[in-house]
Amino acid sequence: MHELSLCDDLLGQVIAIAAKHKAQSVESITVAIGALAGVEPLLLESAFSLIKAGTLAEQAQLILQTAPVIVLCRTCGTQSEVTPNRLLCKTCQSNETTLISGDELILASVALNCPD
Amino acid sequence: MCNTCGCNITPGNRPLVMAEKPKNGVTTVSVLQNLLSQNNHQADHNRAHFDASKVLVINLMSSPGSGKTALLEATIKRLRESLKIAVIEGDLETENDTKRIQAQGVPAYQITTGTACHLDAHLVHNALHHLALDNLDLLFIENVGNLVCPASFDLGHHRNVVLLSVTEGDDKPAKYPVMFRAADLMLISKTDLLPYLDDFSPSNAEQNLHNLASDAPVIAFSSKDGQGMDAWITWLLTEIKDYQALLLNQKTQRPKIQQDGQLLHAQPGNTKFYPVSNKTEHLV
Ligand SMILES: Nc1nc2c(ncn2[C@@H]2O[C@H](COP(=O)(O)OP(=O)(O)O)[C@@H](O)[C@H]2O)c(=O)[nH]1
Ligand SMILES: [Mg+2]
Ligand SMILES: [Zn+2]
Ligand SMILES: [Zn+2]
Ligand SMILES: [Zn+2]
Ligand SMILES: [Zn+2]
Repeated sequence: MHELSLCDDLLGQVIAIAAKHKAQSVESITVAIGALAGVEPLLLESAFSLIKAGTLAEQAQLILQTAPVIVLCRTCGTQSEVTPNRLLCKTCQSNETTLISGDELILASVALNCPD
Repeated sequence: MCNTCGCNITPGNRPLVMAEKPKNGVTTVSVLQNLLSQNNHQADHNRAHFDASKVLVINLMSSPGSGKTALLEATIKRLRESLKIAVIEGDLETENDTKRIQAQGVPAYQITTGTACHLDAHLVHNALHHLALDNLDLLFIENVGNLVCPASFDLGHHRNVVLLSVTEGDDKPAKYPVMFRAADLMLISKTDLLPYLDDFSPSNAEQNLHNLASDAPVIAFSSKDGQGMDAWITWLLTEIKDYQALLLNQKTQRPKIQQDGQLLHAQPGNTKFYPVSNKTEHLV
């Protein structure tokens, strides 16, 4: 289950940001996941609760935001919100589309407790 | 993706990254770091190794038992007189895969993945230093048999080939869109079994792939009776030619998903956010 190694990367980045800002602890971590990112949100959550123990992020809340799947049609130029297994334009049914949202896996922001 | 600077902001996550004011001593830092950046960094390092040796690297992915090793054996038989081929074997379902490849007279290196469900760029880096890359024209990486997560990991390879065997069901591309969207080529394998099956239609499989906005070619073949092997060999030779031409222009080839997703979202040097920590131990 690669969610565990992903969490390792995530925690490493969060701890580095916390150290840079001389934070006492991490309050929350916001991650954006698209349905086409290939990551199971539940697995990410359970992996994170295992791995955060004993770190600056021990008390941190992991906030997972699902990013919608959106395609841009190269034929007619419109954007459609679609399901992960049907990436066709809703206006003209073309499959000449580009995914503009939905495959991201991004550490969006970190809330830190910083001494004054 | 933001069109102006190539940063990680997408229409989906834009509301997340609006500036937040500090309150009660809590400071919110916007990061927008791609979580796979460590793997992607290592993958670029691997790709630089491959490009320095001018070897085209193909990542084979499928469910367990779809016929990856059988395809490799048949391919090596056809090409070993004309091309120098090697295999990095990452599939541990069948421990003798490496021996099967070596029996065909080409070098093979087994990655011991333990219980890992996918290969990553670090595992492949360790393996590639066990092969004499300079002597090779073509390197295959047989990934762990799994249609879920191997697609999310760039290994530094150049092309993704995804196998779907006729015994699996033609709706697999709809069930595993992340994997099939990553295919530069979809292979339908074990076509010799089609006469015995009434529920697999190669054209349905192809339609389900196209519903993912994929324009990847589809080749149906059988390692057993050789049907479709000519089309597969032609695809391979064309890819090698195209790749060599790219190298002459100081460019490289990237597997499809990289162009489509990861690159758009995190262009190296174009991301103005938090710097990537560097696990790479040495330069090329
Ligand atoms: N009928 C038939 N069986 C095949 C074909 N290719 C592979 N197999 C069988 O499918 C099983 C799994 O093949 P293998 O190459 O080990 O699959 P892998 O796990 O993807 O490497 C073996 O029993 C093979 O003999 C084929 O083209 N036709
Ligand atoms: Mg195998
Ligand atoms: Zn359209
Ligand atoms: Zn931007
Ligand atoms: Zn995995
Ligand atoms: Zn190296």
